Amino acid sequence: MPNPTRIEINCETGIETVIELTDAEVAELAYQAELAAEKKAEEDAAAAALEEKKLAVLEKLGLTSDEVAALLS
Amino acid sequence: MANTFILIASSTVGAGGAASIDFTSIPSTYTDLVILYSGRSTSNAGQTWAPIRATFNGSSSTWSNRAIYGDGSSASSGNSSSLSEFGQASSSLSTSSTFSNGSIYIPNYAGSTNKSSSTDAVSENNGTSALASLTADLWSTTSAITSISLQIPSAYGLFAQYSTAYLYGVKNA
Repeated sequence: MPNPTRIEINCETGIETVIELTDAEVAELAYQAELAAEKKAEEDAAAAALEEKKLAVLEKLGLTSDEVAALLS
Repeated sequence: MANTFILIASSTVGAGGAASIDFTSIPSTYTDLVILYSGRSTSNAGQTWAPIRATFNGSSSTWSNRAIYGDGSSASSGNSSSLSEFGQASSSLSTSSTFSNGSIYIPNYAGSTNKSSSTDAVSENNGTSALASLTADLWSTTSAITSISLQIPSAYGLFAQYSTAYLYGVKNA
């Protein structure tokens, strides 16, 4: 299976070329994808931690999230 | 639009998609650069948008960013000390034939200081999940920018057909 391609536009000449990625470039894209996945996992974990904190506060107050929503509506 | 806003080059992705859109041999005769893009990815990683990364002069190092997001259900912020982030494309999970749009501003690209940029982007989706983002990137390198590559990380596939990117030069901004 051939590697994906990239589009290169030379701004001096205006010539556009479609070039098959090298194996190294494919590996770099995969690495970037790993980093992106790690970042998303970190963001998801931060969001989950914030939600836990909110629930802990509600528990201290003795209120359910529905009751808080009713108070704020 | 200022009359010094000049189209340098543009590209539309053809059938089969493209992993990246690369502008090379960018002339140093402008003050700033602007890239306007419309993007969709051919795959997804479980979300309706796909991040767009960039390299300047082929470099994927010395990048950092700060961003704020709204995704249809909540607002959030994020940062990275290693990644570039230049907005997002609508992913294959978004309504078919929808595309994101983004605007990248790169001031003083030919100067000899570190290169900052800002991106304002929003994905499109006929649903409750879509992403709006404002991002500030820093490429901590003092070289003049002579090439820019916009990339879709491979987990999200490729730039889909009909994605576009337009590179403008701004003089005396």
